[in-house]
Amino acid sequence: MSTLVVQGLRKSFGGVRAVSDVSFHVAPGEMLALIGPNGAGKSTCFNMVGGQLPPDAGTVLLEGRPITGLSPRAIAHRGVGRTFQITATFGSMTVRENVQMALLAHRREIWQFWRPVAGRHADKADALLDQVGLAAQADRATSVLAYGDLKRLELAIALGNGPRLLLMDEPTAGMAPAERVALMQLTRRLATERGMAVLFTEHDMDVVFDVSDRILVLNRGQLMAEGNGASIRANPAVREVYLGSGATSGGH
Amino acid sequence: MEIVIPQLLTGLAGASSLFLIASGLTIIFGVTRIVNFSHGSLMMLGAYIGWSILTRLPRDPEWFVLGVLAAALATAAIGVVLEITVLRRVYRAPELFQLLATFGVVLVLQDVTLWLWGAVELPLPRPRWLRGFVEIAGSRLPLYDLILIGIGPLVLGLLWLALHRTRWGTLVRAATLDRGMVAALGVDQRLLFTSVFALGAGLAGLGGALSLPNSSANLGIDLSVITDAFVVVVVGGLGSLTGAFVASLLIGVLQAFGIMLLPKITLVLVFLVMAVVLVFRPNGLLGRPQAEAREAALPAPVVRAAPRELRLLGLAVLLLAAAAPFLAGDYALSVLTDACVAILFAVSLHFMMGPGGMASFGHAAWFGIGAYAAGLLLHWLGTPMPFGLLAAPLAGGLFAALFGWFVVRLSGVYLSMLTLAFAQITWAISFQWVEVTAGDNGLLGVWPPEWARSPRVYYWLALGLAAGVALLLRRVLYAPYGYALRAARDSSPRAQSIGLDVPRLRMVALVIAGASCGLGGALFSYAKGGVFPTYISIAHSVEALLMVLLGGLQTMAGPIVGALIYTGLADLLVRSTDLWRLVLGAVIVVLVIAFPEGIAGAVRRLWLRGREA
Ligand SMILES: Nc1ncnc2c1ncn2[C@@H]1O[C@H](COP(=O)(O)OP(=O)(O)OP(=O)(O)O)[C@@H](O)[C@H]1O
Ligand SMILES: [Mg+2]
Repeated sequence: MSTLVVQGLRKSFGGVRAVSDVSFHVAPGEMLALIGPNGAGKSTCFNMVGGQLPPDAGTVLLEGRPITGLSPRAIAHRGVGRTFQITATFGSMTVRENVQMALLAHRREIWQFWRPVAGRHADKADALLDQVGLAAQADRATSVLAYGDLKRLELAIALGNGPRLLLMDEPTAGMAPAERVALMQLTRRLATERGMAVLFTEHDMDVVFDVSDRILVLNRGQLMAEGNGASIRANPAVREVYLGSGATSGGH
Repeated sequence: MEIVIPQLLTGLAGASSLFLIASGLTIIFGVTRIVNFSHGSLMMLGAYIGWSILTRLPRDPEWFVLGVLAAALATAAIGVVLEITVLRRVYRAPELFQLLATFGVVLVLQDVTLWLWGAVELPLPRPRWLRGFVEIAGSRLPLYDLILIGIGPLVLGLLWLALHRTRWGTLVRAATLDRGMVAALGVDQRLLFTSVFALGAGLAGLGGALSLPNSSANLGIDLSVITDAFVVVVVGGLGSLTGAFVASLLIGVLQAFGIMLLPKITLVLVFLVMAVVLVFRPNGLLGRPQAEAREAALPAPVVRAAPRELRLLGLAVLLLAAAAPFLAGDYALSVLTDACVAILFAVSLHFMMGPGGMASFGHAAWFGIGAYAAGLLLHWLGTPMPFGLLAAPLAGGLFAALFGWFVVRLSGVYLSMLTLAFAQITWAISFQWVEVTAGDNGLLGVWPPEWARSPRVYYWLALGLAAGVALLLRRVLYAPYGYALRAARDSSPRAQSIGLDVPRLRMVALVIAGASCGLGGALFSYAKGGVFPTYISIAHSVEALLMVLLGGLQTMAGPIVGALIYTGLADLLVRSTDLWRLVLGAVIVVLVIAFPEGIAGAVRRLWLRGREA
């Protein structure tokens, strides 16, 4: 069974159709890339799957069960982790504490008023930080991290609730090319090892072709192509959109 | 009908006065993003200056107009001085510190006004033409009310022209939409801000001078006007001029009819309107959603357990405090007891405001509710103190939960304003429900039982409760719940996406804060032997803010340091000088300019200098 099935998803802002009639699915262990020019509606799709925005129409199924329009919190508890296009972390905490929060929330240990957080699930948190290459910075303040490191931290937080579906909205923006490849290959490995489905968007086409199993192309809210790297590369309509907007690689 | 029309016209006249003051406040907010607490003080100055000018001029209409305009100009000039000396230096400070600085200005101007014009209220002798009446629909209406009714739309029209037909107006509107834009246009921001502040101050001065024929110049104008103006601006939508006009009409008319139909609840009415509007339209009638509060944009420093040395220092202070009854006299003990109450007051506010990110402008409400819970139980049922001390936090927590239902969905300035509204409603009830609360006279004879009556024992009790609650709250903040609360403040989207229930986390923070503060209220009542509506006054709420902000939001010790410094400072000032408000206000302004992160924050930064990598 597919981990995520999206059918007929639609969203307008005022008169603007941000997403119209988008359907797709992601299998366990699969990495699906959602690409498209700026303003295509990628983040809006992510936000409807993650619960940040209620869709106007359509359904979202997680492992066969509907999660359409549920709160982000409920969706998180059902095993969806996500990163945001604009990084969202807890600025008044250390790097390790950020991950500890995700672990505590996942284990439903938030409503405790006595035993301090310090040291709780610290080993697990350090292991996650090690995976994303942040072990050396575990004790630093989140607010002093470089942007690329914040992106890595977001990934560690998202992994904290052992997600079966990972949503990554531009996970490598602000990183050097070599770092991008490394981070996405790490994600690739985790997806395969854990049978975790990954939906991601990315402006760097080299990364997309390198790690994704399948690619969806979105333009002005509509799906215009779907296929593997080779077929997308060869698709004239896709080339048109991308050459037209001048972004072939590297993003903005 | 005979009553409705005059009442409506009275309402419209009131609406005009409200609009004059609210328009300036909202324009200043739109451009500078400063909620100017001292706006009411500017109106008060306008009234006094107007009085001084008008009583020296011939009493003809043309001289009246000139005098009023002169008063407005003089107030605008004072506004320029204020902007250059104070506000300009705090534009980059966090929102709440700006508010605090402008409240410091309120205190300074209060004493300056008192010193210049004296304590007696100054009515303007009304010349014959001002006492005229006009016959409309069979009823005699004061001419001056009709003039006022015309002035509101006139000012709105002039402002509209200035904003839409001049280059200056284009800049003001651009700045209201997006501050960055003005900087990008390469405009001299300083000049723009100063001119906007001058305009706002001028409008306040105009409102003050024009209020003279119907009332007088008095020292109560500043705070009474500022709350009404806040309500109008918030109901209309922050930064929206048309919104302010619509809201002035709504509230002016409601007030006029409220007085006629429901004289008992007029005070409550205005704030109920605001609460209802905010529940249905969280950005006011015509307001746009606020951009994220700027505090969130500043990186909050990492909260770490205090270094060992500081904790030892804390322990030493606590031991010293416990030994105080052997070292100090009765007067000092009573001040120290007040300090313990202040600590409860401040740590409870800090809990919801620092880690919780919900700044309250009405924290005194919980204090008063706790105080009245204890007082009413003793007064009506003879319930002894131990149960009173138990009932107070329960009542505080319960009301906080009720109120939380409205509040947890709001954010930033709107949340602060609704807390203010709630406190004013509570105050109005305690003040107007005389049969139960004894109104202004207060509930008397609220004394502790025999065993706790000596200052020593009572001080130990207060110290034990204050230290206990402070340590408990500290513990909670280092536990998962406290971290989760802070997580929700740092980034609500992130918190939700890891599965945290943000509204519930905030709701519980409100309840904990309300309960702790309620305990403080009861403790204070037994110490003073009475419960009075002044416990719930705006000034008292602001005191809590002062303590927390002086101490600093980002450290756990901050509110305690703030409470001690504030209590000490206030006691010292009240005893040593008549101009204590002036000194206190000036100290606040200087502290805000010098330590935007609070005293404890600054100490901590110096302490940790170079250690935070
Ligand atoms: N909250 C919103 N209100 C109004 N319009 C919105 C909102 N969010 C997105 N839009 C509009 O919807 C369209 C799709 O936006 P979206 O953010 O989903 O694009 P995107 O593909 O993620 O673009 P980018 O690559 O720049 O991140 C855009 O035209 C955008 O302006
Ligand atoms: Mg996007």
